[in-house]
Amino acid sequence: MHGRFTTLHAWLLALPAMLLLVLFTHYPVIVTLIDSFFSTPKKNRPSHFVGLDNYDAMVADPVFWKALTNNLIYAGATIPAAIVLALTMALIVNGRIPGRALMRMAFFTPTVLPMVAVANIWLFFFNPNYGAIDQILELVGLKAPNFLGLQQTALWCVIVVAVWKEAGFFMIFYLAALQTIPPDLVEAAAIEGAGRWQILHRVILPLLTPTTLFILINAVINAFRTVDHIFVLTGGGPDNATTVLLYHIYLVGFSFWDQGYAAALTIVLLAGLAAAALLQFFFLDRRVHYR
Amino acid sequence: MTAASTTLPIPAETRVGALIETLGAWLLGVLWISPLLYAVWSAFHPAAYSAHFDLTAPLTLENFVKAWNAAPFARYFLNTVLLVTMVLIGQLILSTLAAFAFARYAFFGRDVLFALVLVQLLISPDMLLVANYSTMHTLGLVDTIASMALPHMASAFGIFLLRQTFKQVPPELDEAARIEGCSALGVLWRVYIPLARPVYLAYGLVSVSFHWNNFLWPLIITNSVETRPVTVGLQVFATPDQGVDWSIITAATLMTSGPLLIGFLIFQRQFVQSFMRAGIR
Repeated sequence: MHGRFTTLHAWLLALPAMLLLVLFTHYPVIVTLIDSFFSTPKKNRPSHFVGLDNYDAMVADPVFWKALTNNLIYAGATIPAAIVLALTMALIVNGRIPGRALMRMAFFTPTVLPMVAVANIWLFFFNPNYGAIDQILELVGLKAPNFLGLQQTALWCVIVVAVWKEAGFFMIFYLAALQTIPPDLVEAAAIEGAGRWQILHRVILPLLTPTTLFILINAVINAFRTVDHIFVLTGGGPDNATTVLLYHIYLVGFSFWDQGYAAALTIVLLAGLAAAALLQFFFLDRRVHYR
Repeated sequence: MTAASTTLPIPAETRVGALIETLGAWLLGVLWISPLLYAVWSAFHPAAYSAHFDLTAPLTLENFVKAWNAAPFARYFLNTVLLVTMVLIGQLILSTLAAFAFARYAFFGRDVLFALVLVQLLISPDMLLVANYSTMHTLGLVDTIASMALPHMASAFGIFLLRQTFKQVPPELDEAARIEGCSALGVLWRVYIPLARPVYLAYGLVSVSFHWNNFLWPLIITNSVETRPVTVGLQVFATPDQGVDWSIITAATLMTSGPLLIGFLIFQRQFVQSFMRAGIR
Protein backbone atom coordinates (compact mmCIF):
# COMPACT_ATOMS: atom_id res chain seq x y z
CA MET A 1 0.00 0.00 0.00
CA HIS A 2 2.38 2.70 -1.14
CA GLY A 3 2.71 5.39 -3.73
CA ARG A 4 0.09 6.22 -6.28
CA PHE A 5 -2.32 3.50 -5.24
CA THR A 6 -2.43 4.78 -1.65
CA THR A 7 -3.03 8.34 -2.80
CA LEU A 8 -5.89 7.26 -5.05
CA HIS A 9 -7.38 5.21 -2.24
CA ALA A 10 -7.18 8.06 0.27
CA TRP A 11 -8.66 10.58 -2.15
CA LEU A 12 -11.58 8.26 -2.84
CA LEU A 13 -12.23 7.93 0.88
CA ALA A 14 -12.15 11.68 1.46
CA LEU A 15 -13.97 12.56 -1.77
CA PRO A 16 -17.65 12.39 -0.70
CA ALA A 17 -17.07 14.61 2.34
CA MET A 18 -14.81 16.98 0.40
CA LEU A 19 -17.36 17.38 -2.40
CA LEU A 20 -20.09 18.49 0.00
CA LEU A 21 -17.69 20.68 1.98
CA VAL A 22 -16.55 22.45 -1.15
CA LEU A 23 -20.08 22.78 -2.53
CA PHE A 24 -21.57 24.36 0.61
CA THR A 25 -18.63 26.10 2.28
CA HIS A 26 -15.75 26.95 -0.05
CA TYR A 27 -17.62 27.49 -3.31
CA PRO A 28 -20.21 29.82 -1.69
CA VAL A 29 -17.41 31.89 -0.12
CA ILE A 30 -15.92 32.45 -3.58
CA VAL A 31 -19.32 33.10 -5.16
CA THR A 32 -20.12 35.59 -2.40
CA LEU A 33 -16.81 37.37 -2.93
CA ILE A 34 -17.48 37.67 -6.69
CA ASP A 35 -21.12 38.68 -6.17
CA SER A 36 -20.03 41.48 -3.88
CA PHE A 37 -18.45 43.23 -6.90
CA PHE A 38 -21.56 42.86 -9.08
CA SER A 39 -24.95 44.51 -9.06
CA THR A 40 -28.07 42.59 -8.11
CA PRO A 41 -29.80 41.29 -11.25
CA LYS A 42 -33.14 42.98 -11.95
CA LYS A 43 -35.89 42.06 -14.39
CA ASN A 44 -34.51 43.84 -17.44
CA ARG A 45 -30.99 44.60 -16.17
CA PRO A 46 -28.73 41.61 -15.78
CA SER A 47 -26.01 41.66 -13.17
CA HIS A 48 -22.98 43.75 -14.14
CA PHE A 49 -19.62 44.63 -12.62
CA VAL A 50 -19.86 47.59 -10.26
CA GLY A 51 -16.46 47.53 -8.58
CA LEU A 52 -16.67 48.63 -4.98
CA ASP A 53 -20.17 50.15 -5.25
CA ASN A 54 -21.69 47.63 -2.86
CA TYR A 55 -18.99 48.37 -0.31
CA ASP A 56 -19.50 52.13 -0.78
CA ALA A 57 -23.21 51.59 -0.20
CA MET A 58 -22.34 49.70 2.95
CA VAL A 59 -20.19 52.50 4.34
CA ALA A 60 -23.07 54.90 3.66
CA ASP A 61 -25.68 52.61 5.21
CA PRO A 62 -26.48 53.68 8.78
CA VAL A 63 -28.15 50.31 9.48
CA PHE A 64 -24.85 48.54 8.71
CA TRP A 65 -23.02 50.68 11.27
CA LYS A 66 -25.81 50.15 13.76
CA ALA A 67 -25.68 46.38 13.20
CA LEU A 68 -21.89 46.35 13.51
CA THR A 69 -21.97 48.38 16.74
CA ASN A 70 -24.74 46.19 18.14
CA ASN A 71 -22.82 43.05 17.22
CA LEU A 72 -19.67 44.32 18.94
CA ILE A 73 -21.63 45.25 22.09
CA TYR A 74 -23.39 41.88 21.94
CA ALA A 75 -20.09 40.01 21.61
CA GLY A 76 -18.35 42.20 24.17
CA ALA A 77 -21.07 41.51 26.73
CA THR A 78 -22.03 37.88 26.09
CA ILE A 79 -18.52 36.44 25.75
CA PRO A 80 -17.03 37.55 29.10
CA ALA A 81 -20.31 37.06 30.96
CA ALA A 82 -20.78 33.53 29.62
CA ILE A 83 -17.15 32.58 30.31
CA VAL A 84 -17.07 33.91 33.89
CA LEU A 85 -20.42 32.27 34.66
CA ALA A 86 -19.32 29.02 33.04
CA LEU A 87 -16.18 28.91 35.19
CA THR A 88 -18.16 29.72 38.34
CA MET A 89 -20.67 26.99 37.54
CA ALA A 90 -17.93 24.45 36.84
CA LEU A 91 -16.22 25.25 40.15
CA ILE A 92 -19.54 24.91 41.97
CA VAL A 93 -20.46 21.62 40.32
CA ASN A 94 -16.95 20.25 40.75
CA GLY A 95 -16.90 21.15 44.45
CA ARG A 96 -18.35 19.50 47.53
CA ILE A 97 -21.53 21.53 47.73
CA PRO A 98 -24.65 19.46 48.53
CA GLY A 99 -27.07 19.06 45.63
CA ARG A 100 -24.44 19.59 42.95
CA ALA A 101 -26.03 17.02 40.63
CA LEU A 102 -29.23 19.05 40.67
CA MET A 103 -27.26 22.18 40.02
CA ARG A 104 -25.41 20.64 37.11
CA MET A 105 -28.81 19.86 35.64
CA ALA A 106 -30.06 23.41 36.29
CA PHE A 107 -27.03 24.92 34.56
CA PHE A 108 -26.92 22.56 31.61
CA THR A 109 -30.62 22.22 30.72
CA PRO A 110 -30.93 25.54 28.83
CA THR A 111 -28.21 24.28 26.49
CA VAL A 112 -30.37 21.39 25.32
CA LEU A 113 -33.34 23.56 24.36
CA PRO A 114 -33.72 25.08 20.89
CA MET A 115 -32.81 28.77 20.88
CA VAL A 116 -36.24 29.57 19.40
CA ALA A 117 -37.92 27.84 22.35
CA VAL A 118 -35.61 29.57 24.82
CA ALA A 119 -36.48 32.94 23.34
CA ASN A 120 -40.20 32.16 23.57
CA ILE A 121 -39.83 31.36 27.25
CA TRP A 122 -38.02 34.64 27.87
CA LEU A 123 -40.56 36.58 25.82
CA PHE A 124 -42.98 35.59 28.51
CA PHE A 125 -40.56 36.89 31.16
CA PHE A 126 -40.05 40.28 29.59
CA ASN A 127 -43.74 40.98 28.96
CA PRO A 128 -44.57 44.38 30.47
CA ASN A 129 -48.13 43.44 31.47
CA TYR A 130 -47.92 40.00 33.02
CA GLY A 131 -44.28 38.92 32.69
CA ALA A 132 -42.31 37.60 35.65
CA ILE A 133 -40.14 40.68 35.96
CA ASP A 134 -43.26 42.84 36.03
CA GLN A 135 -44.73 40.60 38.75
CA ILE A 136 -41.64 41.01 40.91
CA LEU A 137 -41.54 44.78 40.43
CA GLU A 138 -45.22 45.01 41.26
CA LEU A 139 -44.48 43.64 44.74
CA VAL A 140 -42.57 46.83 45.47
CA GLY A 141 -45.13 48.96 43.70
CA LEU A 142 -43.21 49.55 40.47
CA LYS A 143 -44.33 49.15 36.88
CA ALA A 144 -42.05 47.21 34.54
CA PRO A 145 -41.09 49.05 31.36
CA ASN A 146 -41.50 47.36 27.99
CA PHE A 147 -37.93 46.00 28.03
CA LEU A 148 -38.07 44.64 24.49
CA GLY A 149 -39.73 47.74 23.09
CA LEU A 150 -37.18 50.27 24.33
CA GLN A 151 -34.03 51.30 22.48
CA GLN A 152 -31.95 51.29 25.66
CA THR A 153 -32.94 47.88 26.99
CA ALA A 154 -33.83 45.66 23.99
CA LEU A 155 -30.25 44.64 23.12
CA TRP A 156 -29.55 43.77 26.76
CA CYS A 157 -32.56 41.46 26.82
CA VAL A 158 -31.15 39.67 23.79
CA ILE A 159 -27.77 39.44 25.55
CA VAL A 160 -29.29 38.00 28.74
CA VAL A 161 -31.05 35.27 26.77
CA ALA A 162 -27.86 34.35 24.93
CA VAL A 163 -25.84 34.14 28.14
CA TRP A 164 -28.52 31.99 29.77
CA LYS A 165 -28.39 29.53 26.92
CA GLU A 166 -24.62 29.48 26.46
CA ALA A 167 -23.02 29.49 29.91
CA GLY A 168 -24.04 25.92 30.78
CA PHE A 169 -22.55 24.66 27.54
CA PHE A 170 -19.15 26.20 28.27
CA MET A 171 -19.38 24.94 31.85
CA ILE A 172 -19.05 21.40 30.52
CA PHE A 173 -15.66 22.11 28.96
CA TYR A 174 -14.36 23.70 32.15
CA LEU A 175 -15.70 20.77 34.13
CA ALA A 176 -13.86 18.33 31.90
CA ALA A 177 -10.64 20.31 32.28
CA LEU A 178 -11.01 20.67 36.07
CA GLN A 179 -11.25 16.92 36.43
CA THR A 180 -7.91 16.40 34.72
CA ILE A 181 -6.03 18.64 37.18
CA PRO A 182 -4.03 16.38 39.52
CA PRO A 183 -5.24 16.84 43.15
CA ASP A 184 -1.61 16.83 44.38
CA LEU A 185 -1.03 20.20 42.76
CA VAL A 186 -3.87 21.79 44.68
CA GLU A 187 -2.84 20.02 47.89
CA ALA A 188 0.77 21.09 47.50
CA ALA A 189 -0.29 24.69 47.07
CA ALA A 190 -2.52 24.42 50.14
CA ILE A 191 0.35 23.01 52.22
CA GLU A 192 2.51 25.88 51.05
CA GLY A 193 -0.11 28.07 52.68
CA ALA A 194 -1.87 29.39 49.59
CA GLY A 195 -5.40 30.68 50.19
CA ARG A 196 -8.33 29.51 48.11
CA TRP A 197 -8.26 32.58 45.87
CA GLN A 198 -4.54 32.20 45.43
CA ILE A 199 -4.94 28.57 44.44
CA LEU A 200 -7.64 29.54 41.98
CA HIS A 201 -5.58 32.37 40.57
CA ARG A 202 -2.13 30.78 40.57
CA VAL A 203 -2.82 27.08 40.02
CA ILE A 204 -6.22 26.39 38.54
CA LEU A 205 -6.71 29.31 36.13
CA PRO A 206 -3.30 28.89 34.41
CA LEU A 207 -4.01 25.19 33.96
CA LEU A 208 -7.36 26.05 32.41
CA THR A 209 -5.93 28.47 29.85
CA PRO A 210 -6.13 26.08 26.86
CA THR A 211 -9.78 25.41 27.72
CA THR A 212 -10.47 29.12 28.00
CA LEU A 213 -8.94 29.66 24.57
CA PHE A 214 -11.07 26.89 23.08
CA ILE A 215 -14.21 28.33 24.69
CA LEU A 216 -13.26 31.85 23.60
CA ILE A 217 -13.01 30.84 19.95
CA ASN A 218 -16.39 29.12 20.12
CA ALA A 219 -17.94 32.08 21.93
CA VAL A 220 -16.68 34.52 19.30
CA ILE A 221 -18.06 32.42 16.45
CA ASN A 222 -21.39 32.05 18.26
CA ALA A 223 -21.64 35.79 18.88
CA PHE A 224 -21.64 36.37 15.12
CA ARG A 225 -23.61 33.30 14.10
CA THR A 226 -26.55 33.00 16.51
CA VAL A 227 -29.53 35.16 15.58
CA ASP A 228 -32.43 32.76 16.22
CA HIS A 229 -33.51 34.52 19.40
CA ILE A 230 -33.59 37.90 17.69
CA PHE A 231 -36.26 36.64 15.29
CA VAL A 232 -38.46 35.72 18.26
CA LEU A 233 -37.71 38.49 20.73
CA THR A 234 -37.53 41.68 18.70
CA GLY A 235 -37.28 41.03 14.96
CA GLY A 236 -34.28 43.35 15.01
CA GLY A 237 -36.24 46.29 16.44
CA PRO A 238 -37.13 48.66 17.89
CA ASP A 239 -35.68 50.80 15.11
CA ASN A 240 -32.76 48.38 14.51
CA ALA A 241 -31.72 48.48 18.18
CA THR A 242 -31.16 44.70 18.14
CA THR A 243 -30.11 44.18 14.51
CA VAL A 244 -26.77 42.38 14.27
CA LEU A 245 -24.72 41.62 11.15
CA LEU A 246 -26.12 38.20 10.25
CA TYR A 247 -29.66 39.43 10.88
CA HIS A 248 -29.02 42.41 8.61
CA ILE A 249 -27.67 40.03 5.95
CA TYR A 250 -30.83 37.97 6.25
CA LEU A 251 -33.05 41.03 5.80
CA VAL A 252 -31.04 42.41 2.87
CA GLY A 253 -30.85 39.01 1.19
CA PHE A 254 -34.32 37.64 1.78
CA SER A 255 -36.60 40.63 2.44
CA PHE A 256 -35.07 43.20 0.08
CA TRP A 257 -33.60 40.52 -2.25
CA ASP A 258 -30.47 42.64 -2.75
CA GLN A 259 -28.00 39.89 -3.53
CA GLY A 260 -25.00 42.08 -4.30
CA TYR A 261 -25.24 44.11 -1.12
CA ALA A 262 -25.89 41.01 0.99
CA ALA A 263 -22.71 39.50 -0.51
CA ALA A 264 -20.65 42.53 0.48
CA LEU A 265 -22.03 42.35 4.03
CA THR A 266 -21.25 38.64 4.21
CA ILE A 267 -17.66 39.24 3.13
CA VAL A 268 -17.22 41.79 5.92
CA LEU A 269 -18.63 39.32 8.44
CA LEU A 270 -16.34 36.53 7.23
CA ALA A 271 -13.30 38.81 7.17
CA GLY A 272 -14.03 39.88 10.73
CA LEU A 273 -14.31 36.29 11.90
CA ALA A 274 -11.13 35.27 10.11
CA ALA A 275 -9.28 38.22 11.65
CA ALA A 276 -10.56 37.32 15.11
CA ALA A 277 -9.48 33.70 14.64
CA LEU A 278 -6.00 34.66 13.43
CA LEU A 279 -5.58 37.15 16.25
CA GLN A 280 -6.49 34.54 18.81
CA PHE A 281 -4.27 31.98 17.15
CA PHE A 282 -1.14 34.11 16.98
CA PHE A 283 -1.58 36.45 19.90
CA LEU A 284 -3.27 34.40 22.59
CA ASP A 285 -1.67 31.10 21.69
CA ARG A 286 1.67 32.40 22.91
CA ARG A 287 0.25 32.92 26.34
CA VAL A 288 -1.19 29.44 26.54
CA HIS A 289 1.33 27.52 28.58
CA TYR A 290 1.74 26.29 32.07
CA ARG A 291 3.31 29.02 34.09
CA MET B 1 -18.44 12.00 36.68
CA THR B 2 -15.69 10.91 39.00
CA ALA B 3 -15.31 12.24 42.52
CA ALA B 4 -14.25 15.85 42.71
CA SER B 5 -10.53 15.93 42.28
CA THR B 6 -9.71 19.60 42.55
CA THR B 7 -11.97 20.65 45.35
CA LEU B 8 -10.42 23.52 47.16
CA PRO B 9 -9.65 22.60 50.78
CA ILE B 10 -11.85 24.40 53.28
CA PRO B 11 -10.12 25.35 56.54
CA ALA B 12 -12.36 25.15 59.62
CA GLU B 13 -12.27 28.88 60.32
CA THR B 14 -13.98 29.64 57.03
CA ARG B 15 -17.10 27.54 57.67
CA VAL B 16 -19.24 30.67 57.59
CA GLY B 17 -17.67 31.60 54.28
CA ALA B 18 -18.42 28.12 52.98
CA LEU B 19 -22.03 28.45 54.06
CA ILE B 20 -22.33 31.74 52.23
CA GLU B 21 -20.76 30.15 49.17
CA THR B 22 -23.21 27.27 49.29
CA LEU B 23 -26.12 29.66 49.54
CA GLY B 24 -24.73 31.73 46.68
CA ALA B 25 -24.32 28.62 44.57
CA TRP B 26 -27.88 27.56 45.30
CA LEU B 27 -29.17 31.00 44.47
CA LEU B 28 -27.45 30.85 41.09
CA GLY B 29 -28.88 27.39 40.47
CA VAL B 30 -32.44 28.46 41.33
CA LEU B 31 -32.08 31.64 39.30
CA TRP B 32 -30.83 29.63 36.33
CA ILE B 33 -33.63 27.09 36.26
CA SER B 34 -36.46 29.49 37.15
CA PRO B 35 -37.31 30.62 33.59
CA LEU B 36 -37.84 26.99 32.68
CA LEU B 37 -39.87 26.26 35.81
CA TYR B 38 -41.97 29.31 35.03
CA ALA B 39 -42.66 27.96 31.55
CA VAL B 40 -43.57 24.55 32.95
CA TRP B 41 -45.92 26.20 35.43
CA SER B 42 -47.81 28.19 32.84
CA ALA B 43 -47.97 25.29 30.38
CA PHE B 44 -49.58 22.96 32.91
CA HIS B 45 -52.09 25.42 34.37
CA PRO B 46 -55.15 27.20 32.96
CA ALA B 47 -54.41 30.56 31.36
CA ALA B 48 -55.90 32.40 34.34
CA TYR B 49 -53.05 31.15 36.52
CA SER B 50 -50.22 31.71 34.08
CA ALA B 51 -49.27 34.98 35.73
CA HIS B 52 -49.94 34.27 39.38
CA PHE B 53 -48.74 31.45 41.53
CA ASP B 54 -51.23 29.55 43.61
CA LEU B 55 -50.35 26.07 44.81
CA THR B 56 -54.03 25.07 44.67
CA ALA B 57 -54.30 25.98 40.98
CA PRO B 58 -55.72 23.06 39.00
CA LEU B 59 -53.31 21.16 36.76
CA THR B 60 -54.31 20.71 33.14
CA LEU B 61 -53.04 19.28 29.86
CA GLU B 62 -55.50 21.38 27.91
CA ASN B 63 -52.85 23.84 26.73
CA PHE B 64 -50.93 21.01 25.09
CA VAL B 65 -54.07 19.67 23.43
CA LYS B 66 -54.95 23.12 22.11
CA ALA B 67 -51.42 23.75 20.84
CA TRP B 68 -51.24 20.34 19.17
CA ASN B 69 -54.52 20.99 17.37
CA ALA B 70 -53.78 24.59 16.45
CA ALA B 71 -50.86 23.78 14.12
CA PRO B 72 -49.68 20.69 12.23
CA PHE B 73 -47.12 19.76 14.89
CA ALA B 74 -47.28 16.05 14.07
CA ARG B 75 -46.00 16.85 10.59
CA TYR B 76 -43.37 19.26 11.96
CA PHE B 77 -42.08 16.53 14.27
CA LEU B 78 -41.90 14.08 11.42
CA ASN B 79 -39.94 16.61 9.36
CA THR B 80 -37.49 17.24 12.19
CA VAL B 81 -36.97 13.53 12.79
CA LEU B 82 -36.34 12.99 9.08
CA LEU B 83 -33.94 15.93 8.97
CA VAL B 84 -31.99 14.86 12.05
CA THR B 85 -31.76 11.24 10.85
CA MET B 86 -30.65 12.22 7.37
CA VAL B 87 -27.96 14.56 8.69
CA LEU B 88 -26.71 12.02 11.23
CA ILE B 89 -26.45 9.13 8.76
CA GLY B 90 -24.72 11.34 6.22
CA GLN B 91 -22.31 12.71 8.80
CA LEU B 92 -21.42 9.31 10.24
CA ILE B 93 -20.62 7.78 6.85
CA LEU B 94 -18.82 10.75 5.29
CA SER B 95 -16.86 11.71 8.42
CA THR B 96 -15.77 8.12 9.06
CA LEU B 97 -14.39 7.65 5.55
CA ALA B 98 -12.66 11.01 5.44
CA ALA B 99 -11.29 10.73 8.97
CA PHE B 100 -9.84 7.28 8.13
CA ALA B 101 -8.05 8.74 5.12
CA PHE B 102 -6.64 11.64 7.14
CA ALA B 103 -5.63 9.48 10.10
CA ARG B 104 -4.01 6.49 8.42
CA TYR B 105 -2.90 7.44 4.91
CA ALA B 106 0.12 9.49 3.94
CA PHE B 107 -0.99 10.84 0.57
CA PHE B 108 -0.34 13.67 -1.82
CA GLY B 109 -2.31 16.79 -0.87
CA ARG B 110 -3.34 15.57 2.57
CA ASP B 111 -2.38 18.67 4.52
CA VAL B 112 -4.02 21.02 2.04
CA LEU B 113 -7.22 18.97 2.08
CA PHE B 114 -7.24 18.88 5.86
CA ALA B 115 -6.75 22.65 6.07
CA LEU B 116 -9.75 23.01 3.75
CA VAL B 117 -11.77 20.85 6.12
CA LEU B 118 -10.81 22.99 9.10
CA VAL B 119 -12.09 26.13 7.35
CA GLN B 120 -15.62 24.89 8.05
CA LEU B 121 -15.01 25.07 11.80
CA LEU B 122 -14.85 28.84 11.42
CA ILE B 123 -17.21 29.48 8.51
CA SER B 124 -20.35 27.40 8.72
CA PRO B 125 -22.71 26.98 5.73
CA ASP B 126 -25.35 28.76 7.85
CA MET B 127 -23.54 32.06 7.34
CA LEU B 128 -23.51 31.82 3.55
CA LEU B 129 -27.26 32.13 3.30
CA VAL B 130 -27.67 33.82 -0.07
CA ALA B 131 -25.10 31.79 -2.00
CA ASN B 132 -26.29 28.47 -0.60
CA TYR B 133 -29.89 29.41 -1.34
CA SER B 134 -29.05 29.96 -4.99
CA THR B 135 -27.14 26.67 -5.12
CA MET B 136 -30.24 24.90 -3.80
CA HIS B 137 -32.34 26.80 -6.32
CA THR B 138 -30.07 25.63 -9.15
CA LEU B 139 -30.27 22.05 -7.89
CA GLY B 140 -34.08 22.38 -7.75
CA LEU B 141 -34.08 21.44 -4.05
CA VAL B 142 -35.65 24.52 -2.44
CA ASP B 143 -38.30 23.56 0.12
CA THR B 144 -37.20 19.95 0.54
CA ILE B 145 -35.88 18.15 3.59
CA ALA B 146 -32.73 17.27 1.65
CA SER B 147 -31.99 20.97 1.17
CA MET B 148 -31.93 21.45 4.94
CA ALA B 149 -29.72 18.41 5.50
CA LEU B 150 -27.19 18.51 2.63
CA PRO B 151 -25.06 21.49 3.72
CA HIS B 152 -24.44 19.84 7.11
CA MET B 153 -23.70 16.31 6.00
CA ALA B 154 -19.99 16.94 5.64
CA SER B 155 -18.93 18.09 9.08
CA ALA B 156 -15.47 19.42 9.85
CA PHE B 157 -16.11 18.80 13.53
CA GLY B 158 -16.97 15.15 12.88
CA ILE B 159 -13.97 14.58 10.63
CA PHE B 160 -11.66 16.24 13.14
CA LEU B 161 -13.04 14.32 16.11
CA LEU B 162 -12.88 10.92 14.40
CA ARG B 163 -9.44 11.57 12.97
CA GLN B 164 -8.14 12.23 16.48
CA THR B 165 -9.78 9.02 17.67
CA PHE B 166 -8.53 6.87 14.80
CA LYS B 167 -4.99 8.15 15.30
CA GLN B 168 -5.03 6.70 18.81
CA VAL B 169 -5.74 3.17 17.54
CA PRO B 170 -2.49 1.16 17.93
CA PRO B 171 -0.99 0.50 14.46
CA GLU B 172 -0.25 -3.11 15.51
CA LEU B 173 -3.98 -3.84 15.59
CA ASP B 174 -4.33 -2.43 12.09
CA GLU B 175 -1.40 -4.48 10.78
CA ALA B 176 -2.58 -7.67 12.44
CA ALA B 177 -5.97 -7.34 10.77
CA ARG B 178 -4.35 -6.75 7.39
CA ILE B 179 -2.14 -9.83 7.78
CA GLU B 180 -5.31 -11.79 8.51
CA GLY B 181 -6.44 -10.67 5.06
CA CYS B 182 -8.68 -7.72 5.84
CA SER B 183 -9.07 -5.05 3.15
CA ALA B 184 -8.65 -1.38 4.10
CA LEU B 185 -12.40 -0.96 4.48
CA GLY B 186 -12.53 -4.24 6.39
CA VAL B 187 -9.99 -2.92 8.87
CA LEU B 188 -11.98 0.27 9.23
CA TRP B 189 -15.18 -1.68 9.88
CA ARG B 190 -13.73 -4.38 12.18
CA VAL B 191 -11.03 -2.47 14.09
CA TYR B 192 -11.45 1.30 13.99
CA ILE B 193 -15.22 1.77 14.18
CA PRO B 194 -15.77 -0.62 17.13
CA LEU B 195 -12.94 1.05 19.08
CA ALA B 196 -14.42 4.49 18.44
CA ARG B 197 -17.93 3.59 19.66
CA PRO B 198 -18.00 6.05 22.63
CA VAL B 199 -16.91 8.87 20.36
CA TYR B 200 -19.66 7.98 17.89
CA LEU B 201 -22.20 8.12 20.72
CA ALA B 202 -20.88 11.50 21.85
CA TYR B 203 -20.84 12.87 18.35
CA GLY B 204 -24.32 11.52 17.64
CA LEU B 205 -25.81 13.21 20.69
CA VAL B 206 -24.17 16.52 19.87
CA SER B 207 -25.28 16.31 16.24
CA VAL B 208 -28.89 15.38 17.00
CA SER B 209 -29.34 18.15 19.55
CA PHE B 210 -27.65 20.69 17.28
CA HIS B 211 -29.78 19.91 14.24
CA TRP B 212 -33.00 19.47 16.19
CA ASN B 213 -32.44 23.06 17.37
CA ASN B 214 -31.29 24.58 14.09
CA PHE B 215 -33.45 27.44 12.87
CA LEU B 216 -32.10 30.03 10.45
CA TRP B 217 -31.24 27.84 7.45
CA PRO B 218 -34.48 25.80 7.70
CA LEU B 219 -36.41 29.08 7.99
CA ILE B 220 -34.95 30.28 4.70
CA ILE B 221 -35.00 27.12 2.67
CA THR B 222 -38.44 25.78 3.64
CA ASN B 223 -41.82 27.38 3.11
CA SER B 224 -44.45 24.70 3.51
CA VAL B 225 -45.93 22.49 6.19
CA GLU B 226 -44.53 19.39 4.47
CA THR B 227 -40.90 20.44 5.06
CA ARG B 228 -40.86 22.79 8.07
CA PRO B 229 -39.07 21.44 11.17
CA VAL B 230 -40.49 22.07 14.66
CA THR B 231 -38.30 25.08 15.36
CA VAL B 232 -39.63 26.96 12.34
CA GLY B 233 -43.12 25.61 12.97
CA LEU B 234 -43.00 26.96 16.51
CA GLN B 235 -41.93 30.38 15.28
CA VAL B 236 -44.73 30.48 12.67
CA PHE B 237 -47.21 29.43 15.33
CA ALA B 238 -46.02 31.59 18.20
CA THR B 239 -45.96 34.95 16.46
CA PRO B 240 -47.76 36.98 19.14
CA ASP B 241 -49.93 39.05 16.79
CA GLN B 242 -51.91 35.92 16.03
CA GLY B 243 -53.48 36.43 19.44
CA VAL B 244 -52.67 32.96 20.75
CA ASP B 245 -52.80 32.50 24.53
CA TRP B 246 -49.48 32.63 26.33
CA SER B 247 -50.07 29.37 28.11
CA ILE B 248 -50.69 27.68 24.76
CA ILE B 249 -47.48 29.15 23.36
CA THR B 250 -45.48 27.91 26.34
CA ALA B 251 -47.09 24.50 25.96
CA ALA B 252 -46.04 24.45 22.30
CA THR B 253 -42.56 25.63 23.28
CA LEU B 254 -42.13 22.82 25.79
CA MET B 255 -43.60 20.35 23.31
CA THR B 256 -41.03 21.15 20.63
CA SER B 257 -38.17 20.79 23.09
CA GLY B 258 -39.87 17.89 24.85
CA PRO B 259 -38.19 14.91 23.21
CA LEU B 260 -34.73 16.43 23.69
CA LEU B 261 -35.53 17.48 27.24
CA ILE B 262 -36.88 14.07 28.25
CA GLY B 263 -33.98 12.36 26.53
CA PHE B 264 -31.59 14.64 28.37
CA LEU B 265 -33.16 13.99 31.76
CA ILE B 266 -33.03 10.23 31.25
CA PHE B 267 -29.52 10.07 29.79
CA GLN B 268 -28.18 13.06 31.72
CA ARG B 269 -24.93 11.41 32.72
CA GLN B 270 -24.11 10.11 29.27
CA PHE B 271 -25.20 13.38 27.73
CA VAL B 272 -22.94 15.56 29.85
CA GLN B 273 -20.04 13.15 29.43
CA SER B 274 -20.60 13.04 25.68
CA PHE B 275 -20.41 16.78 25.44
CA MET B 276 -17.26 16.72 27.54
CA ARG B 277 -15.67 14.05 25.39
CA ALA B 278 -16.64 15.85 22.22
CA GLY B 279 -15.01 18.99 23.54
CA ILE B 280 -11.69 17.52 24.53
CA ARG B 281 -9.30 17.60 21.66
